[in-house]
Amino acid sequence: MKGTDALGEAAIRAGCTCYFGYPITPQNEVPEYMSRRMEEVGGVFLQGESEIASINMVLGAAASGKRAMTSSSSPGISLKQEGLSFMAALELPAVIVNINRGGPGLGNIAPSQGDYYQATRGGGHGDYRMPVYAPASVQELYDITMKSFDVADLYRTPVMILGDGMMGQIVEPISLNERPEVEIPPKDYILDGAQDRPSRIVKSLILDPAEMEEHNWKLKRKYDLMAHELPQWEEFMTDDAKLTIIAYGTAARIAKGAVKRARSEGLKVGLLRPITLWPFPEEAIRSLAKKTKLFLVFEMSTGQMLDDVRLAIEGRVPCEFYGRPGGVVPIPQEIARIIERYWLQKEL
Amino acid sequence: MKAIYTRPKSLKPVSNHYCPGCGHSIIHRLVCELVDEMDMRGRIICIPPAGCAVLAYNYFDFDVCESAHGRGCAVATGFKRAQPDRIIFTYQGDGDMAAIGTAETLHAANRGEKITSIFVNNAVYGMTGGQMAPTTMIGQKTTTSPYGRRTEVEGYPLKITELIATLPGAAYVTRTSLATPAKIRETKKAIKKAFEVQMAGTGYSLVEVLSPCPTNWKVSPREAFVYLEETMEKEYPIGVMKDNTTKKDK
Repeated sequence: MKGTDALGEAAIRAGCTCYFGYPITPQNEVPEYMSRRMEEVGGVFLQGESEIASINMVLGAAASGKRAMTSSSSPGISLKQEGLSFMAALELPAVIVNINRGGPGLGNIAPSQGDYYQATRGGGHGDYRMPVYAPASVQELYDITMKSFDVADLYRTPVMILGDGMMGQIVEPISLNERPEVEIPPKDYILDGAQDRPSRIVKSLILDPAEMEEHNWKLKRKYDLMAHELPQWEEFMTDDAKLTIIAYGTAARIAKGAVKRARSEGLKVGLLRPITLWPFPEEAIRSLAKKTKLFLVFEMSTGQMLDDVRLAIEGRVPCEFYGRPGGVVPIPQEIARIIERYWLQKEL
Repeated sequence: MKAIYTRPKSLKPVSNHYCPGCGHSIIHRLVCELVDEMDMRGRIICIPPAGCAVLAYNYFDFDVCESAHGRGCAVATGFKRAQPDRIIFTYQGDGDMAAIGTAETLHAANRGEKITSIFVNNAVYGMTGGQMAPTTMIGQKTTTSPYGRRTEVEGYPLKITELIATLPGAAYVTRTSLATPAKIRETKKAIKKAFEVQMAGTGYSLVEVLSPCPTNWKVSPREAFVYLEETMEKEYPIGVMKDNTTKKDK
């Protein structure tokens, strides 16, 4: 199954009944898939007049109690930031997909990881966070899409799935796993008309600074809970690794190939792949810092996750960086060469 | 003794924050009277603007969802598509509707979204302190057009209601005024009809209400109502612009 189709199908099977989006390459297959499937399952598909309109339609559907989703790519995700900030403030659940392309500006449509900062720091205005998942296979994209809807409902938060054109376009065999059984708390905040109940307000305007501060701390407690409960990562041959690569998404697939190559040459190299970019699996990285001699962060950007890795290891172990921004996708041999260079240079 | 004038049930018993002579409190009351009379409280959801009426939820005793500045019609679209049997209306000012939210407004109307917009036009940005609006009159002084609006610099008053009336998706489009008690009654009738059009599923309905803003116009409430009738209504003629519920062969 193709990545974008797996994403769409997982959303449908997770009970997503409202999709709003706007065309932008390289994610057009998602709205195309949803336009076809929503009709079949009696859900709502609507192409908005802009990304701004689409995210606000998602907001309305989420406040109606529906599982809602939108997808876009980098420039379009910038336009959605206003809506994301509002949804974080209003504590409304939804799933937002960013098929990251080369940037800044119009950039290009090739796979990139340049939106890491924007995704993991909230992205819009104000003091908020949002869970961000970075799948690295079509199966994982499928499973994480399903999970994202549950996470969104459990914590009442927008959730982002961060992929790139590569993740969207690759075709891999997958198993259409059933929706996991998760108990979702009753949605007592939704607006559906004040029939036999007091009227409800969904709002984020809090003019009194003391009250706003309390709201900020309330959100923070929720983010702390997520930071405790949500981190997810994969480790590959890290047990005896002297050099540990840290990479996510497409970059992690490439890095895995490089690790296998290095291992075949007898170099003790491993890979830690964050699956959640926020919350960042810093505990896992910190405990690896006790055994590995060198971290090598590889990103398809000029170095953004690098900051989080350095924060996690707190200077205990050296940390080097290799990046290919702009939509360049290196082959595993290239990363293997970098590994070899550091292996010799640092006398591992 | 028989009560002949009471507070609508869906209007919360609190004093409001609007300035003396402001039209919002009148329009709020009209909406709440209609919510009661048409028994809509249990199925109506309001999307107020960013602007003076952002605090409408302090007064409306029915479900209200805030939206970002200008995004009302997109949020309303999300609600209506998710809950087609509910009555959804946006309550927007001129900046919200006709500047920052022009795209959302026009496209919702063009899709024939079965929602209603109550568009309060007072020709200024009220909440932010009286800056120039898209609907500011030619020659009108505001805090950002201190020499008066000049067409060669700031362009012309934008008549978004006339624009929307040209769209096939719009079913009922009208402009009313609060200038006199009779016109206020007409405004209530127009809003009622707009809700009825929505319930009939005919398409988008829009009521533009010309409303006074004495504070930012820097005149007394009395003078503001005179200005409304004698000046604003000349630039923005009141009356029905589109009504596809009336049969042409009548």
